[in-house]
Amino acid sequence: MKIMVPIKRVVDYNVKIRVKADGTGVDLNNVKMSMNPFDEIAVEEAIRLKEAGSATEIVAVSIGPQQAQETIRTALAMGADRGILIKTDTDAEPLTVAKLLKALCAEEKPGLVILGKQAIDNDCNQTGQMLAALLQWPQGTFASKLALSSGKLAVTREVDGGLQTVELNLPAIVTTDLRLNEPRYASLPNIMKAKKKPIDEKTPEALGIDTAPRLKTLKVVEPPKRQSGVKVKTVGELVDKLRNEVGII
Amino acid sequence: MLFTPEHEALRQTVRTLVEREINPYVDDWEAAELFPAHEVFKKLGQAGLLGVHKPVEHGGMGLDYSYATAMTEELGLIRCGAVPMAIGVQTDMATPALARYGSQELKREFLAPAIAGDAVACIGVSEPGAGSDVASIKTTARKNGGDYVIDGGKLWTTNGVQADWMCLLANTGEGPVHRNKTLICLPLKTKGVSVARKLKKIGMFASDTAQIHFDGVRVPQRYRVGEEGQGFVYQMQQFQEERLWGATSGLKAMEAVIEETIEYTRERKAFGQSILDNQVVHFRMAELQTEVEALRSLIYRAVEDYVGGADVTRLASMAKLKGGRLMREVADACLQYWGGMGYVWENRVSRFYRDGRLMSIGGGADEVMLQIICKLMGTLPSRRNR
Repeated sequence: MKIMVPIKRVVDYNVKIRVKADGTGVDLNNVKMSMNPFDEIAVEEAIRLKEAGSATEIVAVSIGPQQAQETIRTALAMGADRGILIKTDTDAEPLTVAKLLKALCAEEKPGLVILGKQAIDNDCNQTGQMLAALLQWPQGTFASKLALSSGKLAVTREVDGGLQTVELNLPAIVTTDLRLNEPRYASLPNIMKAKKKPIDEKTPEALGIDTAPRLKTLKVVEPPKRQSGVKVKTVGELVDKLRNEVGII
Repeated sequence: MLFTPEHEALRQTVRTLVEREINPYVDDWEAAELFPAHEVFKKLGQAGLLGVHKPVEHGGMGLDYSYATAMTEELGLIRCGAVPMAIGVQTDMATPALARYGSQELKREFLAPAIAGDAVACIGVSEPGAGSDVASIKTTARKNGGDYVIDGGKLWTTNGVQADWMCLLANTGEGPVHRNKTLICLPLKTKGVSVARKLKKIGMFASDTAQIHFDGVRVPQRYRVGEEGQGFVYQMQQFQEERLWGATSGLKAMEAVIEETIEYTRERKAFGQSILDNQVVHFRMAELQTEVEALRSLIYRAVEDYVGGADVTRLASMAKLKGGRLMREVADACLQYWGGMGYVWENRVSRFYRDGRLMSIGGGADEVMLQIICKLMGTLPSRRNR
């Protein structure tokens, strides 16, 4: 079975981001970029499935500028077999990404696509679900555990109120939650080996997909600074404040 | 110096390993005054990080020294000085001469396990009567049959309590002090080796610094590194990496302290404004960051020359000198702006203040660096004229 893992190049999670002065977006100049952490979990899960003998090949796919190739190299250094870069300088929206991935699935015919549940830059949490709908494949989102046996995939999902397990026929779509695994760091020998692994380049045009945005960003602002709280001595005082000052009871 | 995407990937791996396997435990190790060297080194070894520029046939990666520099820089993110120092002893102080001059057999026996992280190494140069003045060491290794018999002792031995073997510098002959010394791989479980004590220091708590005695310790002569009588020369070459390592390891540690000081002083208010808003404070931070970048450039230049095959004693000595001094300057300036909090024990800045002080002493004191630089500038008075 082939596993496809879409990965996104995003601002590193350690970076304290700043909104551009003109409010059109986040300042990405000289900012460290890394693989979306949820996607790292997806790569790790694919590698574990391969190590367990359930998968034969892992293809890491990224959609973005030329530098997204570095993100693909990270996946290759972790253990993916080859990469595909769909090169575009427009910031692809989830529906565009899902359409591009659908086109790629038609070429690659993976048995399983594992995606991060969301990217930490825009937190859309849509791509996996849209891809499943477009392909009409079953989906197991927010996975915290995968178990593959006799052609069926059991996905344990983190839902409000507990864990739910669904059984999917393959091919299927899975999106990862934080607790699925702890991604490995690439060893130095594997980093050097990754240099030799192939990365194919494609364009959205060649796949017949229009990447023009359908959404318009009106304004980007920083979240309001949190005001410091007050300490209350008794429950009575709390209730009084909630009733008379805040007015919510 | 040009860093490739592979250098960046290596940095990322080191950062993740430090974040996950080292930093969460540093406070405990500092309190226990010991860190589990074998456990930590095994993790580094498995990630291929203990032999970055060591030969491939013994488990190394065979990459040039710029990769080792990239790794060393990231080790500065460890939240203490002791653990990176122990790693540096393993990769850049106890093993360079062995990798360069050791026989295949010797490398199989000592270098390969050090690269794999199965063995912990230490370097035995300093003695009670000789540290920076390496030529004056007193430990002897006399030939007896097919063996060397070693007598004497070593002091300030980093990793000394936990190490499996020592790269030992000993006198093997009577002649001139620069030509009578030999490097020997000494397994520390050998009879006659005793760890006299673990030293109590003002910093670097998690590091096991030992005093070690040798009483008629017998090792086969095939444990000799390279040629007999060349030990001083090998050690001087080995010092290039040790000194570059020392200066490099301080860069990110200094930057972290500057950054945390900026954060702290931004939040802390006095006399109606943040401490940071005082020009003396934000100017000082800018000044220090500028100095760190200047040191980084000096180091990169030295590394570039070293990768190109040049002897970099001059630039490496300068980097070590400047690194030691700058660490003291950064530590003192930053601690000051933390006020009372800076004087508190469990604070990164105060730990850095204690740990960083060693840089001007270990691996050749500042004054020895100045002597070397003067010698190369032709300004050191000869002994006859003094």
